[in-house]
Amino acid sequence: MRKAARKWKGSSAYLYLLPCFCVFAVFLFYPFAKTIYLSLYKTNKLGQAKLFVGLENYKNLLTSEAFYNSMTVTLVFVAIVVLGSMLLGLIAAVLCSKAFPGIRVFSTSYALPMAIASSGAAMIFRIILNPTIGIVNKLTGLDINWISDPRYALVCVAVLTAWLNSGINFLYFSAGLGNIEESIYERASVDGANAVQQFFRLTLPGLSPILFYTLVVNIIQAFQSFGQVKILTQGGPGESTNLIVYSIYRDAFFNYRFGSAAAQSVVLFLIVMALTLVMFRIERKGVNY
Amino acid sequence: MSTQTNAMALRRGGYSEAELGRLHEEMNRCALRKKHVQTGLLVAANTLVALVILFPLLYSVSVALMPSNELFTMEMNLIPKHPTFENFIRAWTQVPLLRFIINSFLVAGSITLGQILTCSLAAFAFAFLEFRGKNVLFLLVMATMMVPGEATILSNYLTVSGMGILDTYSVLILPSLTSAMGIFLFRQFYLSFPMSLFESAKLDGCTNLRFIVTILIPLTKSAIGAMAVYTFINAWNMYMWPLLVTGSENMRTVQIGISMLNSVDAQSVTLMMAGVVTIILPSMVIFIAGQKSLIKGMFSGAVKG
Repeated sequence: MRKAARKWKGSSAYLYLLPCFCVFAVFLFYPFAKTIYLSLYKTNKLGQAKLFVGLENYKNLLTSEAFYNSMTVTLVFVAIVVLGSMLLGLIAAVLCSKAFPGIRVFSTSYALPMAIASSGAAMIFRIILNPTIGIVNKLTGLDINWISDPRYALVCVAVLTAWLNSGINFLYFSAGLGNIEESIYERASVDGANAVQQFFRLTLPGLSPILFYTLVVNIIQAFQSFGQVKILTQGGPGESTNLIVYSIYRDAFFNYRFGSAAAQSVVLFLIVMALTLVMFRIERKGVNY
Repeated sequence: MSTQTNAMALRRGGYSEAELGRLHEEMNRCALRKKHVQTGLLVAANTLVALVILFPLLYSVSVALMPSNELFTMEMNLIPKHPTFENFIRAWTQVPLLRFIINSFLVAGSITLGQILTCSLAAFAFAFLEFRGKNVLFLLVMATMMVPGEATILSNYLTVSGMGILDTYSVLILPSLTSAMGIFLFRQFYLSFPMSLFESAKLDGCTNLRFIVTILIPLTKSAIGAMAVYTFINAWNMYMWPLLVTGSENMRTVQIGISMLNSVDAQSVTLMMAGVVTIILPSMVIFIAGQKSLIKGMFSGAVKG
């Protein structure tokens, strides 16, 4: 009797897990399996699997120029975004590392892009970058059609994304800087090290664990960008901003090629999985925050 | 060595008390001036960078306050010459902005509440209870972090359209009702409490649920605050999923509703900016208000691993 009661108590633990696992089951595990399944089939317009084709969807992807273009564009985009957003976050964090009057206002401003939606930001940038009324052309005296020129469109979307992602980087770097002991700077300035030397010899090495973690998080986040492309460029001009998530969206919901879109989803998953494993590894190694 | 000491003694002797005092004062003033200059430079550099970072936001406010003929000129127009709230009035009357805002508050609010509920229940089980398969299940939860939402969005769309719940509140809310991140965050917080807290509560006849409600939740307010701010803002800013699953105007969330205005003709640009400013405001206010607890939650338990 007592044993039975105990056993029941043990199994009641599963009740606490039930709500979250129900959601995971329906909206994560099942669609995950289904995406892999779909990627092995030819589908009809409703997304129903019709004909098993094995790895043909993948083969088609790997031999199609469009996919290589999409991957190249995505990699260039990720590189610009990560570099830009980390640099912006780092500059802001360094500027806020010593107390001064008004620091609260400034640090809030630096973190603020975190709260902005990619869609809202994209609409603002659409006006800012407009060739005739846009303030960027007015301020710089240039006459560039930023969004419709294949040379600039990708950079514009990337700069916008870098801006959006810089807020959280500021927080990461601020936390990292807070962990560097003040006394090593004092000792260094007694030894005659100037500010630049201090930055490269003390600050950067002190930040390196969190720098690496932030790098990986930023890469993952950049791979998942969608709203800004949809609103700003729709993947164009040509295919110049056809990032992988936008490419999935277009294949599935405009071309009704669910099989190909599913195969691209699997590729995206593999990339993010690899990056996440790297991230977990860094975390386990004991990153100091 | 001895000559040096002699010289110093001599020099020291050469100054009177008053002169020494004056020198001292001068040095202090010099150091103070240097500090003032440094602080001034720091404030100047910060102002510059903050202006750059805030520029898109400040400019959007400026455009939202501009009469549309002021925007469509070739002249420099950083700041409206005749600021007006007309764009906001038009945005509120010509676009069902209120409906969008209510939708978004409802959806984001439900998601936030739901996530806090499901995540704290699951985290409680992982932190305090013993059961078979605990490690495997926890690993499974952690593994979900590797699956980007965008990779499953297509199958999810097929699922919900098969269920016939497209264009409803449930379809917007249901998929986001839990998160691995949240479970992880709460578990980390719970693990910082000693097991004896739970055991003594049990001895006093406290049920698991009562333990969660009366002891755990009040003790983890900062984690809940962080989670609430983070989840609400993310849900408010959702774009891809609502874009796919909402069709009618009545079901649109703020991001979808406003981006539907996204066309560049003279009348609608300033109106659109007024709309954008309006919908950024709630997430900004919540972020500023919750910033402290967000940072505390992010860096005290969550990421430490």
